[in-house]
Amino acid sequence: MEAIQELKIDQTLDLKGLLCPIPVVKLAMTIKKVEVGQLIQGIATDPGVMADIPAWCRSTGNELVSIEQKGKEYFFVVRRKK
Amino acid sequence: MEEKKKITMVVFSGDMDKAMAAFIIATGAAASGMAVTMFFTFWGLQTIKKPTRTGKGFFGKMLGWMLKDLNGIGPSKMNFGGMGRWMFKKMMKSKNVAMLPDLRQMATELGVKMEACQMSMDVMEIRKEDLIDEVAEVVGVAAMLEEAQQSTFTLFI
Repeated sequence: MEAIQELKIDQTLDLKGLLCPIPVVKLAMTIKKVEVGQLIQGIATDPGVMADIPAWCRSTGNELVSIEQKGKEYFFVVRRKK
Repeated sequence: MEEKKKITMVVFSGDMDKAMAAFIIATGAAASGMAVTMFFTFWGLQTIKKPTRTGKGFFGKMLGWMLKDLNGIGPSKMNFGGMGRWMFKKMMKSKNVAMLPDLRQMATELGVKMEACQMSMDVMEIRKEDLIDEVAEVVGVAAMLEEAQQSTFTLFI
């Protein structure tokens, strides 16, 4: 996992206050709008994303670059792979 | 290109809580890159019905008065004549959970295929025009089974 601070983020997704299944739905819709290889950063408040975002990446074949909790927020970065 | 994984869902129930489960799984699966078919039958038809009254004959019309649409259905437990529906909606809103109409809209945007059961529509006197335009097809059990056979898993809700 790489440190988020050093990454060049192409798109940021505000998922604060949103619950299942919206974070993965929004991620799925947004990833189509970036190029293959580009990075999306998501910021969420639902603890469920800690399980769901990695699972979503495994199911869809996209890369989970990083995921971490900072206080009450969860930050993750996903790279579009295909 | 690898073949898309596929799931089929039979939505039999017309309860708010079960419909929530159905549409959450459907949107989640579609967002995870799976092809999703939802087959709506019997009470489940209420979740894809327009708010209009249905029915042709006496019984059909009577049933039509009782049938709800996606906004009108209540939870399977603790509805207490609509109080439960009101309370759940209020609680979900305060916690910012996506409501049923939003979930169904999202399902459509994600390409979830919606099919309605011909036989239960005949019995309940519901016409294709009574259903929302997003319903792709009206089919029978064989068509549903064909889809189920090609699916990784099938759910009955």
